[in-house]
Amino acid sequence: MTRIEGYNFAYLDEQTKRMIRRALLKAVAIPGHQIPFGSREMPLPYGWGTGGIQVTAAVLGQQDVLKVIDQGADDTTNAVSIRRFFARTAGVRTTTHTSEATIIQTRHRIPEHPLTENQIIVYQVPQPEPLSKLESSRVETTRMHGLAEYGLMHVKLYEDITRYGHVAISYDYPVMVAGRYLMAPSPIPAFDNPKMHQMPALQLFGAGREKRLYAVPPYTDVRSLDFEDHPFRIEPHGQRCARCGDAASFLDEVHTADGIRWTCSDTDWCAERVERGHGGMDTEAQGARHA
Amino acid sequence: MAYVAVKGGERAIDNAHAWLARDRRGDPAVAELGLDQIAQQLGRAIDRVMAEGAVYDRELAALAIKQAQGDLIEAAFLLRAYRTTLPRFAHSEPLATETMQVRRRISAVFKDLPGGQLLGPTYDYTHRLLDFTLAANGAPPPAAEAEAEAAMMPGVADILGHEGLMERDIASDATPADLTREPLAFPAGRDARLQALARGDEGFLLALGYSTQRGWGGSHPFVGELRVGEMSVEITQPELGFPVDIGDVTVTECQMVNQFAGSKTVPPQFTRGYGLVFGHAERRAMAMALVDRALRADELGETTGAPAQNVEFVLYHCDNIEATGFVEHLKLPHYVDFQSELETIRRMRADAMREAAE
Repeated sequence: MTRIEGYNFAYLDEQTKRMIRRALLKAVAIPGHQIPFGSREMPLPYGWGTGGIQVTAAVLGQQDVLKVIDQGADDTTNAVSIRRFFARTAGVRTTTHTSEATIIQTRHRIPEHPLTENQIIVYQVPQPEPLSKLESSRVETTRMHGLAEYGLMHVKLYEDITRYGHVAISYDYPVMVAGRYLMAPSPIPAFDNPKMHQMPALQLFGAGREKRLYAVPPYTDVRSLDFEDHPFRIEPHGQRCARCGDAASFLDEVHTADGIRWTCSDTDWCAERVERGHGGMDTEAQGARHA
Repeated sequence: MAYVAVKGGERAIDNAHAWLARDRRGDPAVAELGLDQIAQQLGRAIDRVMAEGAVYDRELAALAIKQAQGDLIEAAFLLRAYRTTLPRFAHSEPLATETMQVRRRISAVFKDLPGGQLLGPTYDYTHRLLDFTLAANGAPPPAAEAEAEAAMMPGVADILGHEGLMERDIASDATPADLTREPLAFPAGRDARLQALARGDEGFLLALGYSTQRGWGGSHPFVGELRVGEMSVEITQPELGFPVDIGDVTVTECQMVNQFAGSKTVPPQFTRGYGLVFGHAERRAMAMALVDRALRADELGETTGAPAQNVEFVLYHCDNIEATGFVEHLKLPHYVDFQSELETIRRMRADAMREAAE
């Protein structure tokens, strides 16, 4: 797509990008710590990825290859809209292949394909404050982070365990970064949390409306909050993808006229598996028809 | 397959935008709205969009209103997004509102005052009867005209100030906070609070101001003065060294006078709530002044606890561009989170049912 005229490369002016890069450097230097930044109004609404878009705009170069996903998929409307935004304002190459991308902007998922040192993953963050549901005042939560006083969250987990026998947080499950800061991983499913630990790729987080940035540098410890006698674990869903047969990836439950289908939420992962010859219920059914 | 229907894709977006454009235009047999018509005849809408969009440009505001089909929050959002792309050349000199060319100036605390009361163009004493001659495009009757007076009009606060009855506002050379460059931080100074309120949602400010009148953080307000008029904006370029007039803006200013019981160090006196907004927007300026005063409760050692007195609550939620974005983002797909939530709920229900069976 050719670049739109009248706007700077990647929409933001260079001064603004420099301000964001400075904040990002600070974020990388203090893993998991929220850095306030002069978030700008973007031409997309707050809550639709303005933080992620500003981070991507600040780190994007002309040689970068950009992938944008929402709910793991490249073809969801908001992913299409953001990918188009950068195609129009930066004229960069875009891709749906995780392995081809140098920058991946995501909402609510981490790709199944392991990321490498040559990649940056940019998370869109609606609420950067992991304690927000327990303490509404930011003056208070800032103090708690300063003192590493996270008892409130431990009590919440403990109460869940006494009440339900397990922690009842299924997404945006809080993590400790480098043993110091409690961090909101953004609303990714808890299923994705282990991927953040010691990830070779740089992880950047942008919250536009809340005007905060944070980061997890490559190969940093990211531990989901838990107790020794109640370790964090992922419950197996016990299903296979109807298209590619994968039993280990995160699956969407899709209700159709014929009943429930389970398919990979990561559309690129699924398509690559199908290309490599893996099949699920769909292909097996087809095979049966042909036979 | 059915699930494909929930995926958007490029074509769906293009088609949606085309449909939207047709919807916006309406019946092509009806003449299209010109920007000059909007700017001239929907002036109060322009004023609101300029204030909440934080850009003073009547023509751009008219375009935004046209593009947004009259959805004023959407229009303010368009202006805000445009504003992001503009370089910042300079800061203006502070406006000295006593030099305002007023077209309306009233005080509710004195029957008469230096400079006089000037009713000006107001809806206040109209009877709210639908005027069917407007529907028939009737021309308005001629309005009386008089020469403008260029006299300085001191603010009511200055009149009370002579007796020491009014708290003093002390001029400061400090660079004011700018929330468009630095994010909100606490404690938030009055400069940052006033900026946030000036851009804040009119409905939100109105409700908060109203709540203080109904006992949720009351401050016994009087309209010391409300004035509407035109002011020159001046900037000082370093290479020139003196202020240069770069244009006029219409503003509305409200000085609210509030009771104050006094404290150990300060004798009883009147305090102020202040409102200054773009355009002719009296409701907005008054609501802003009420909320500004309510937010000073802590500083003045008054009891706090009402919503309008909670600085974090008010400042974090008064921006309607932030609010509308985040409320409406719930329309975006959340099926991954919902999937995780489904599995958790199923597990919890299974546990609960097993326990019930035992």
